[in-house]
Amino acid sequence: MSTESIKMNNWHESARSFRVATWLGWQIESNWTEPFLFMIYAIARPVASALILVFMYMVIAQGGMGHPLFAYIYLGNAFYIYVASVMIGISWTVTDDREHYGILKYIYAAPIQVYFYLLGRGVAKTLTATVAVVITLAFGMLVLRIPYDFLAMNHALFWATFFLGLGALALMGILLAGVALITARHSGFIGEAVAGALYLFCGAVFPLDVLPQPLQYIGLSLPLTYWLEGLRRAVLRESISPLLAPISNEIILVILLGATLVLGLASLGFYRWCEHRAKEKGLIDMQTMY
Amino acid sequence: MSQRFAIQTEGLGRVYQLKRKRGETAPKTLVALEGVDSEVKQGELFGLLGPNGAGKTTLIKILTTLLLPTSGRALVDGIDIVQDPQEVRRRINMVSGGETCGYGLLTVEENLWMFTQFYGLTDRVARERINEMLEVVGLSDRRKTKSHFLSTGMKQKMNFARGFLNDPQILFLDEPTLGLDVQTSRVLRDFVKRWVRERPGKTLLLTTHYMAEADELCDRVAIIDKGKILACDTPANLKRRLQRASIFKLQTTPLEMSNRFSDLPGVSKFIEHQRNGHTELNFILENENVLVKILDAVQAGGGHLLSLEKREPTLEDVFIDLVGRGFGDEETPLEVEK
Ligand SMILES: Nc1ncnc2c1ncn2[C@@H]1O[C@H](COP(=O)(O)OP(=O)(O)O)[C@@H](O)[C@H]1O
Ligand SMILES: [Mg+2]
Repeated sequence: MSTESIKMNNWHESARSFRVATWLGWQIESNWTEPFLFMIYAIARPVASALILVFMYMVIAQGGMGHPLFAYIYLGNAFYIYVASVMIGISWTVTDDREHYGILKYIYAAPIQVYFYLLGRGVAKTLTATVAVVITLAFGMLVLRIPYDFLAMNHALFWATFFLGLGALALMGILLAGVALITARHSGFIGEAVAGALYLFCGAVFPLDVLPQPLQYIGLSLPLTYWLEGLRRAVLRESISPLLAPISNEIILVILLGATLVLGLASLGFYRWCEHRAKEKGLIDMQTMY
Repeated sequence: MSQRFAIQTEGLGRVYQLKRKRGETAPKTLVALEGVDSEVKQGELFGLLGPNGAGKTTLIKILTTLLLPTSGRALVDGIDIVQDPQEVRRRINMVSGGETCGYGLLTVEENLWMFTQFYGLTDRVARERINEMLEVVGLSDRRKTKSHFLSTGMKQKMNFARGFLNDPQILFLDEPTLGLDVQTSRVLRDFVKRWVRERPGKTLLLTTHYMAEADELCDRVAIIDKGKILACDTPANLKRRLQRASIFKLQTTPLEMSNRFSDLPGVSKFIEHQRNGHTELNFILENENVLVKILDAVQAGGGHLLSLEKREPTLEDVFIDLVGRGFGDEETPLEVEK
């Protein structure tokens, strides 16, 4: 076969993998045969976690909801929902397909590109996360009366930041999926651990400035930091972090773009390496939980 | 290696690294496959027969690109499984029996549809194949059932159906009837046979530890034990090796005297099972005359003959003759090597 037709095959198979996985993800995520459970999942959970934050803020800071810091915290927390669903969601797909559904081996024996399959599975996760994020933001605006205004925001900055960040999150999910693939046991918890660590360092609920200096460097090296900063700047129209304020909006976008590109290349290479390792060690159909 | 073969392996081997136990310094390894040379012709229904742990699944995993070999090489449809796994996947499919995989939230039809899409089938062909396969496995009336609600057997059937959806050039079935009831097994076996016969050029590799299944279905059978292929031929030719031997099954009142049989000249292989309430003795004898001495020995040991049967050789006898123990009951053999 010519290299041309091989390329065409690969391209078709990648597109197909993405498309079918998107469909599959949606079937799984939108299984709202139990509307009550779905309500809890999609609405009550994000609202509850937002309320926890509100109470913690009121107890610790004893400040009002109108304080800019509170808007900062609230937005960071809301958008962090994407990290949990998209990044962890994609990495969980490997664990789920392998251990829970027992189907990963059949997926791997089919002519698909698992890398794009995983990205496809992330689409539905992104959509359900969006429901939760929108509800959280609406709750903050309408009930808590937090002073942010999505109509008056910097739209260009917001959407550019938003999509670049989502891309970066999905690619980070692939990196974690690779780790899950080559980790026989506890592969599912790696995502949670990483998300927890990132929560601490990327300025999700407090400005980086409050961290000790060495830890600030960790924060500055994470694309998520710039993602949250960009989103907040777009909505609040100012930065409340003296550390990040000197960085212009354009630089923020350039950093995000660069990070996404690097993550794209890194995830492609890393995931392929993990697949190879998994086949070497016989982990594609490893069953540990059941 | 030439293109004529559907599957070809040369010195194929696989070693697993085992977890080091506490206190052990050297990592332990397990040889699951060793020096496997095999050639499966296009259009063949080829069987791989061996007891649990023989290495059958390991070989299938390697050929379906899920596991890398640690030595040797393998071609599937003329394509190197390590060099170009994606091209191999375009031509194969695989079913592991005894598995209940699938997305519980999807219906039977949706589970199957998803795979037709992975294989790039058009809508029309996909519908046709799904209908056809649901009919074969008897799940037509369950097509709208979420697979979560299927019984274990039904899930296995769904997985079986999945294996045929892309009409693969080469199909791998790993113990396809494992755990299924007799009637279902019958239906699936018949379909397997038909599938290969009616589609010239299609190749099917089936592993099993059921002797009768291998005997009935396969054009050729490779007998595998402890990672090595011990013999490979048509079932008839394999059994012909024992043509000159006489095979007897005796049932006696409980006996505890097996080593006496080993002393008897003319006993090539002998296996004893303690069944509930009686002893079962299986002999492969060089000639029938030895039987007299065996009966004497039984009597001398205080046993009474309950039944005596002369059998035509089965593949099990071939296996016993090759490795000196029975199949699937590795724990009970009392081996006598002559
Ligand atoms: N992932 C693995 N790690 C370690 N040993 C394994 C693994 N998979 C199989 N084995 C061992 O390899 C041998 C062959 O197994 P398998 O190929 O499953 O045999 P079969 O399918 O014939 O029952 C067995 O001894 C089994 O315990
Ligand atoms: Mg097996």
